[in-house]
Amino acid sequence: MSCCGAPLTPEESSAVARLVAEKLSAFLKTLRDNGFSVGLGEGRDAAALMAAGYAEKPGLLRSALKHLFSARRSEWERFDGIFDAFWLGKRVRSRSAVSGNAGPGLKALEGGGAKGGAVSDQVPADGGEGAGGGEGRMEGASAVEALSGIDFRKLSDPADMARAHDIAADLARAMRTRLTRRDLARRRGYRIDLRRTIHGNIGHGGVPLDLVRRRRKEKPLRLVMLLDASGSMTPYTGLFLRFMHGVLDAFRESEAFLFHTRLAHVSDAMKERDAQRALDRLSMMAKGTGGGTRIGECLATFNRWHAARVIHSRTCVMIVSDGYETGDSALLAREMAALRRRCRRIAWLNPMMGWDGYAPEAAGIRAALPFVDLHAPANTLESLAALEPYLAKL
Amino acid sequence: MNTLSRPEIGERLASAGYIADRDLSVALSLMQMLSRPLLLEGEAGVGKTAVAYAIAAVHETELIRLQCYEGLDQSAALYEWNYQRQLLAIQARQGQDAGGVEDEVFSEKYLMERPLLAAIRQQKAPVLLIDEIDRADEEFEAFLLELLSDFQVSIPELGTITAVTIPHVVLTSNGTRELSDALRRRCLYHHIDYPDVEREARIILARIEGAGAVLALQIARMVEGIRKEELRKVPGVAETLDWAAVLVGLDIADLKDDPEAVHETLACLLKTREDKARFRREVTERLLGRVA
Repeated sequence: MSCCGAPLTPEESSAVARLVAEKLSAFLKTLRDNGFSVGLGEGRDAAALMAAGYAEKPGLLRSALKHLFSARRSEWERFDGIFDAFWLGKRVRSRSAVSGNAGPGLKALEGGGAKGGAVSDQVPADGGEGAGGGEGRMEGASAVEALSGIDFRKLSDPADMARAHDIAADLARAMRTRLTRRDLARRRGYRIDLRRTIHGNIGHGGVPLDLVRRRRKEKPLRLVMLLDASGSMTPYTGLFLRFMHGVLDAFRESEAFLFHTRLAHVSDAMKERDAQRALDRLSMMAKGTGGGTRIGECLATFNRWHAARVIHSRTCVMIVSDGYETGDSALLAREMAALRRRCRRIAWLNPMMGWDGYAPEAAGIRAALPFVDLHAPANTLESLAALEPYLAKL
Repeated sequence: MNTLSRPEIGERLASAGYIADRDLSVALSLMQMLSRPLLLEGEAGVGKTAVAYAIAAVHETELIRLQCYEGLDQSAALYEWNYQRQLLAIQARQGQDAGGVEDEVFSEKYLMERPLLAAIRQQKAPVLLIDEIDRADEEFEAFLLELLSDFQVSIPELGTITAVTIPHVVLTSNGTRELSDALRRRCLYHHIDYPDVEREARIILARIEGAGAVLALQIARMVEGIRKEELRKVPGVAETLDWAAVLVGLDIADLKDDPEAVHETLACLLKTREDKARFRREVTERLLGRVA
């Protein structure tokens, strides 16, 4: 890329400029294909940078364009590979660099990451509508019908699985907007703010014509999710992780835990915006399968070490588990009672509940049920969607 | 505004005591050239705020800081009328021409500058640090976006105030909330990671007086090892510096000399009960063994 040697004639330099401009716009297209949001302004600035001598060394140009074009950590990390592949012709698998490398267990989630484009690419194939990005919430709903009645266990085709995951994410996203809207409508002032009223009415010589009301500062509802990741829950874990990631996003304050034989605090992993990366991190922690579930012990750990910090008066605890307790069910009952005293609501989502002829007879679930406000099935997308009104009411 | 070349920026960063990675000087020269704000992201404690102070040192200008929080609004960020004084003025001038009084009380004299307004009214372009923008509400972010593109503020009673100089804007974010794409696109992006061992050692040497090269390198290796453990709160650079200062204060020149003290002073790095409980003596010894 070095242009050394004899000075160029005007025709030559304009030809070079054209070539560079074409190459640059091709690069912008590559970036956009890879999910970067690059506007015209950035393209213009990039051209200005190249004209200003940043194109002399590839390393320098890469660093400069990286600052200009990337807008978040995932892009920041992928940029070098894409740049090298495009400008330096290195054999970098740019496409696979894009979709990230999922663990084998969560392979089916690939491509359904945080990028709205990838999500909507898949859904319209069956749903019909092709609205892109974050606006296409309705398409999730129409696709829900096609899949809604199918138990998650019976989704064996990877494509179906991927679609279910996408819909779960869409569903969570739709809930988020609904919840936020309701939250806003509730904010009405009720008390007069004297300070601001006087200040606002100085123009009227201090006569309070326009009243300013103070808004009530609401303690935001906090959602704490506890997800059972034991062997018996395996068919559901991936999907619930995805759902959890989406729903937790809806709440300003939320905490997430995984449990099987021990409890793991996974809020930090869940805060990863990119669903794919969050799942990558979590799939490691979720691999506690094989052994049984010690719900009681895990709850005891939760009550002892985390509850004081993560639970306040406006907290809903959501437990996702099939209730198969291999430990002491008396302990489970005791800990459930302790938890009950602390928080506002306990919802227990049970994937088994949707099965024909299921009755909550396992010792674990029998011990826990008296303390639960809502015991709901969660084995199909339909049942997940049915939770929304409940969450909105809290 | 005189523009600095990239090597100059690098030199000035170094003389300001900021041990930068190579990319940062590129980012700073781009900021100058394109007049775009710089968005810094990274874990808590990697030195995002320190970058802003370093930029202020590079440009030999002052730093104006706006700490964001939930509920931050225009009157705390941009301007506010000093209405107690306004009221007094109105009362003192009772009976006078109403128009004259109004002009008087809505003049500069009664305007209180907040960080954003102050930043665009400096004679020498300052560094405007908007710290933890993700804590502010979305509405505020939208407002900020407008300010950052026009660099003018309209105050209804006073008229439009245009920027005297365009400040160097640095935004930092911790990822409490996702920022809007519009804001991200307007900004240059720079991600800061925990420094590698060599850089961290150099930071310790630059910041802690009396720290020897051997100790600095050992501390940096030790901290790197600690960061790899599964901790709830990973120690940042500031914690490393605290710890280094403590060790220097205890006259320790080599971590191997006093494993006991090393374990006891780990409180500088481990800030939660669980982390403290996890870090038993054996863990410290294992890490120490690797460092030595």
